Amino acid sequence: MAVKLPIYMDNHATTPVDPRVVEAMLPYFNERFGNAASRNHPFGWTAEEAVENARAQIASLINATPKEIIFTSGATESDNLAIKGVAGMYREKGNHIITQVTEHKAVLDTCKHLEKEGFEVTYLPVEKDGRISLDDLRRAVTPKTILITIMYANNEIGVVQPIPEIGKLAKEKGIYFHCDGVQAVGKIPVDVQRDNIDLLSLSAHKLYGPKGVGALYVRRRNPRMQLAALIDGGGHERGMRSGTLNVPGIVGFGKACEIAQQEMPQESARLSALRDRLQGNLFRELEEIYINGSMEHRLPHNLNCSFAFVEGESLLMGINDVAVSSGSACTSATLEPSYVLKALGVGEDLAHTSIRFGLGRFNTAEEVDYVSSRVVETVRRLRDLSPLYEMAKEGVDLSKMNWKVS
Amino acid sequence: MAYSDKVIDHYNHPRNVGSLPKEDPSVGTGLVGAPECGDVMKLQVKINPASQVIEEAKFKTFGCGSAIASSSLATEWVKGKTVEEALSIKNTDIVRELSLPPVKIHCSVLAEDAIKAAIGDWKKKQGMEVAAEERAAHD
Repeated sequence: MAVKLPIYMDNHATTPVDPRVVEAMLPYFNERFGNAASRNHPFGWTAEEAVENARAQIASLINATPKEIIFTSGATESDNLAIKGVAGMYREKGNHIITQVTEHKAVLDTCKHLEKEGFEVTYLPVEKDGRISLDDLRRAVTPKTILITIMYANNEIGVVQPIPEIGKLAKEKGIYFHCDGVQAVGKIPVDVQRDNIDLLSLSAHKLYGPKGVGALYVRRRNPRMQLAALIDGGGHERGMRSGTLNVPGIVGFGKACEIAQQEMPQESARLSALRDRLQGNLFRELEEIYINGSMEHRLPHNLNCSFAFVEGESLLMGINDVAVSSGSACTSATLEPSYVLKALGVGEDLAHTSIRFGLGRFNTAEEVDYVSSRVVETVRRLRDLSPLYEMAKEGVDLSKMNWKVS
Repeated sequence: MAYSDKVIDHYNHPRNVGSLPKEDPSVGTGLVGAPECGDVMKLQVKINPASQVIEEAKFKTFGCGSAIASSSLATEWVKGKTVEEALSIKNTDIVRELSLPPVKIHCSVLAEDAIKAAIGDWKKKQGMEVAAEERAAHD
């Protein structure tokens, strides 16, 4: 069967909106366009009802209560609100925050911002498999620690952190626990009660919902969290996030969560089978390829590997009818290779050769086979072009070369 | 970021890919860049000792499409030129020919360095004086 090109396999960046989600959203653009804050006419009531329904759908997916869901513009805002909100509200309790090095920039840059305001931040290292050590975390805690912020799963390597253990430790020590759940929610079971999460960042567009809408779960009981708001205004969202609600986006977000909850067991099994098929195809055909990060503690739809001797951007160029992404410096704005891979101890030489595959709801086995055959063919072609491959074949130890860097 | 048609053409149909015998006294080898930086170019030239004309040029490159294109173009340009002429090729000529965006200028710099390093290696084999910029750090 012929596959339709181009193929999208970059579902950690964003996902297409599920047609069922689009359908649910459409009436809220024109027919039911009311402002959810309009209290005295049916247009407002209809919008408010839709928002409350979505709040319940989202809460259900993570085992929270609807009142604990605060809508935002997306997960970057949620991360900012959680971290700066705790910093602003609980500063007198302490000024120390613990995070880890492979967090998303929305967390790392927010922490850096707070460092300029006098907060102290510990950036825990990760092990070779991409996970933090709980002993390191335990040792990092001080009497001044007010917040631990650790992501559920990483956006590049799909590695899942030991979240229930971190939550338990945070609770024992009386420290608030924020978790960036963007890549995990809707893909693997996330349960704020089981995991003892106090604040959880969510994004709609990573789970087949629309862009421009996200949420922050804010625990209301045991403990009751309070956050300093970032945006002042009409006091929407329990005063934590003012601004007119994006009703169609929120309706779509809710529907997307409902679908994710219903379909997660079958979908994650199907995607991990596709991922294993992709991995099998690549490893059967190519030598010198390396998986980055733990395979055991990993999202079902992620594969990140390094194709030694082949620079990532040139590989992407060769498979231009396939959308994936690379940790190569050439594909980033900073000209630095992936900081996530560096944190794992992946050498910069191999970091430049990494490709992230993010499978999704609409990928098929035929697409996986097509993508793997294109990758195999391009890697072979580029290795024939690679002086490093030639030298390695001649037995030269590349790490002992005295490279001329211009 | 979109690639220029010329970069795509060189990427899809690289000219003069391959290797020349390193030990041949008429062959000069330039190896520049580093795997950690994501770019390594090997450029080789075979030079007629009497006429000092570059009769053959080969390359292999580990790097992005622009790096591959820059080195492919460099081999095309040096072929048939005298050593003196080849040494006058500037990275800006490569930038212009391939319409490289500012973030890819380092690829053209590397290609110019590779030409100089290859000729420098040949000069050394010939017992000639080698200018500092023609000296590859790893030899």
